[in-house]
Amino acid sequence: MKGTNNILLAGFGGQGILFAGKFLAYMGLLSGKNVSWLPSYGPEMRGGTANCSVIISDDPVGSPIVSRPDTLIVMNLPSLDKYEDAVVPGGKIFVDSTLITRKVRRTDVEVHYIPSTKLADENEMGTLANMIITGKMVKEVGGFELGDIDKTIDKIVSARRENLKTINRKAIDLGFSYAE
Amino acid sequence: MTEPVLMKGNEAIAEAAILAGCRHYLGYPITPQTEIAAYMAKRMPKVDGVFLQAESEIAAINMVIGVASTGRRVMTSSSSPGVSLKSEGISYLAGCDLPALIVNVQRGGPGLGGIQPSQSDYFQALKGGSHGDYRNIVLAPASVQEMAALTVKGFDLADKYRMVAMILADGTLGQMMEPVSISEPEAASTEKPWALTGTDCKRAPNIVNSLYLEPDALERTNIERFKKYALVEENEVMYEEYLMDDAELCLVSFGITSRIAKNAIVAAREMGIKAGMIRPITLWPFPKTALLAAADQCRAFISVELNMGQMIEDVELAIRCKKPVFLCNRTGGMIPTPEDVLAKIKEVNKIGGAQA
Amino acid sequence: MIVFQKPKSLTDVTLHYCPGCTHGIIHRLVAEAIDELGIQGKTIGVAPVGCAVRAYDYFDVDMAQAAHGRAPAVATGIKRADPSKIVFTYQGDGDLAAIGTAETVHSAARRENITVIFVNNAIYGMTGGQMAPTTLPGQITQTSPYGRDVAAVGYPMKVCELLQNVDGAAYLERVAVNNVKNVKAAKKAILKAFKNQVDGVGFSLIEVVSTCPTNWGLSPVKALGWLEENMLPYYPLGVYKDITAKEESK
Repeated sequence: MKGTNNILLAGFGGQGILFAGKFLAYMGLLSGKNVSWLPSYGPEMRGGTANCSVIISDDPVGSPIVSRPDTLIVMNLPSLDKYEDAVVPGGKIFVDSTLITRKVRRTDVEVHYIPSTKLADENEMGTLANMIITGKMVKEVGGFELGDIDKTIDKIVSARRENLKTINRKAIDLGFSYAE
Repeated sequence: MTEPVLMKGNEAIAEAAILAGCRHYLGYPITPQTEIAAYMAKRMPKVDGVFLQAESEIAAINMVIGVASTGRRVMTSSSSPGVSLKSEGISYLAGCDLPALIVNVQRGGPGLGGIQPSQSDYFQALKGGSHGDYRNIVLAPASVQEMAALTVKGFDLADKYRMVAMILADGTLGQMMEPVSISEPEAASTEKPWALTGTDCKRAPNIVNSLYLEPDALERTNIERFKKYALVEENEVMYEEYLMDDAELCLVSFGITSRIAKNAIVAAREMGIKAGMIRPITLWPFPKTALLAAADQCRAFISVELNMGQMIEDVELAIRCKKPVFLCNRTGGMIPTPEDVLAKIKEVNKIGGAQA
Repeated sequence: MIVFQKPKSLTDVTLHYCPGCTHGIIHRLVAEAIDELGIQGKTIGVAPVGCAVRAYDYFDVDMAQAAHGRAPAVATGIKRADPSKIVFTYQGDGDLAAIGTAETVHSAARRENITVIFVNNAIYGMTGGQMAPTTLPGQITQTSPYGRDVAAVGYPMKVCELLQNVDGAAYLERVAVNNVKNVKAAKKAILKAFKNQVDGVGFSLIEVVSTCPTNWGLSPVKALGWLEENMLPYYPLGVYKDITAKEESK
């Protein structure tokens, strides 16, 4: 990644949107970038909408609020409806095509459809659709070393939960190598 | 400095407080500052400290008064409606000349308001949110790193001047994560001969008190206390100047909005508009001198804030109304985009203001 | 031979209380308890808002002066900061049972290891005789000029009875200082309330049924009689809770 990446992740509460954002922010930090992570917060702890702004930049981060993302990850339809038009021309949209059946209407953006929820189910990765779609995003946006992924997982998953590390790594790999 | 880690602003405040030697936290849950209480609940028992969830904000601030009376570093935190409840205690802290750190992670108001970020407690923090003649030192961090650094600074200033230091943050800064390095500050030891430690039957009793029934005694006490405030104004002003060398338009903004303003200033300069910013880091003492100096250089000022226009009054006072001051604001938990601020810069640039 | 002596834990400052007011006796009992336990040098008191607001001038120990009703919270802060100190509050009925009810109940619930001296004289004294949470039904005060009408303003607060049901409360006793026998019992209770703290027993509150001759509009002697005839039937004396007694009987 060169310059600045303004990433917005959105979906339902409980889909791991904030965790995926944290993964990206930490990966940026570990590769020497300036980063910020800002969650939406509200009274709904589960099932409400969740979104999260992540900025990864060569420059110090100004506003941490991503209102015009160049990278959008959406994991439910309301999020696509809400943020599709906010993406900058030439930006990238990553759609969980298991949960969102409509297509992106914009023609000036690059779109990737990943059935990440279905892939998670098929591969017994339960709730890790977030990491599958994030893996795909990391691949398409580029700029990271594969080693960064391992370092990041080491950092954000507790050392006491080795099995979680393995499965998170597998989920990211699955998305990373997913061919549309 | 330690290796940077990603931390929420709220957590950075809590960890920095512990490193600054604070071993007593008394609080009450309220969004969006609850992570401070949660972090303290986890950490304090591990450092032989005290975490206590009080029955109310009122009880919490009075427990703070109790701990502060013994001379120990102490803090509480809350969000806007909770700080209103603490206001009585803040006046007592001032009247008793007790040091304490109070954190306000602001949300929209008035009333129960909302839970999204705001800067609408500016008046409350600076203009006597409680009764009586008093001041609080008010620190306005603009990043997670500053949340930590100003927490440490706040404890030092509170001890040095025996007064309340308040961190005036907002929901965004509390909730966002950024890399932060927190290292143990040098121990700032302040003698506290006034503290309640028990007389040991060796000295006259110490009394922590704000009651003066004789008006001349109360007047004398207040005048003495304001000499201390004058010293704070003389010595402790902190601000950041951003691209001010050749600036013709001066934005004034603190906390989260100052970051949005920076994006807008960069964009304005790309269009050839010479904008800059003075960012108060201490809201009290307010950077009056720097602003007044900028009034000779700039054509106009723009106060960018998350309220209906509160700091703008201090900007106008500081520059003695020499130049026009415009307001760029959102309120109720809404946050302007850099584009919104840029639009205001363009508008003000066009109408010009007075010639420099 | 010395037959009468001021307790060491009282200063030489002249008390400002009205003639016949029982605060003086209660101050003395508190100071005697502190002297007898040998804890003067490590005692920290918290004065209320109310007639006893200037208690910080009278007790010869470190003192804090708290906002109205907040003394138990201030005391909590002091005790948590330095558990080796003996911390007491001295509060009136408006302070403890109206504006500070939450602080009272919750410091009891936490079994905060503090000693609370609660002076109940059924009226707001310092502000000039208004209705208190403990004003008796029918009692005339400045703000109940036709007598306390329970249908309109509710019933008096019985603090010991209320706190009896709070698990955290360790020792609750109601005493009076209207005659020598009761003063002696009050002394014993106050001493125990302080000793409990030394022993780490936890929240101990002594309610002292007291007079306010000035605002009751009675002579000091008649006020003592009024207390006996009107207050004691409504506020029966005795031990309301004592967890140390249970331990002793085991």
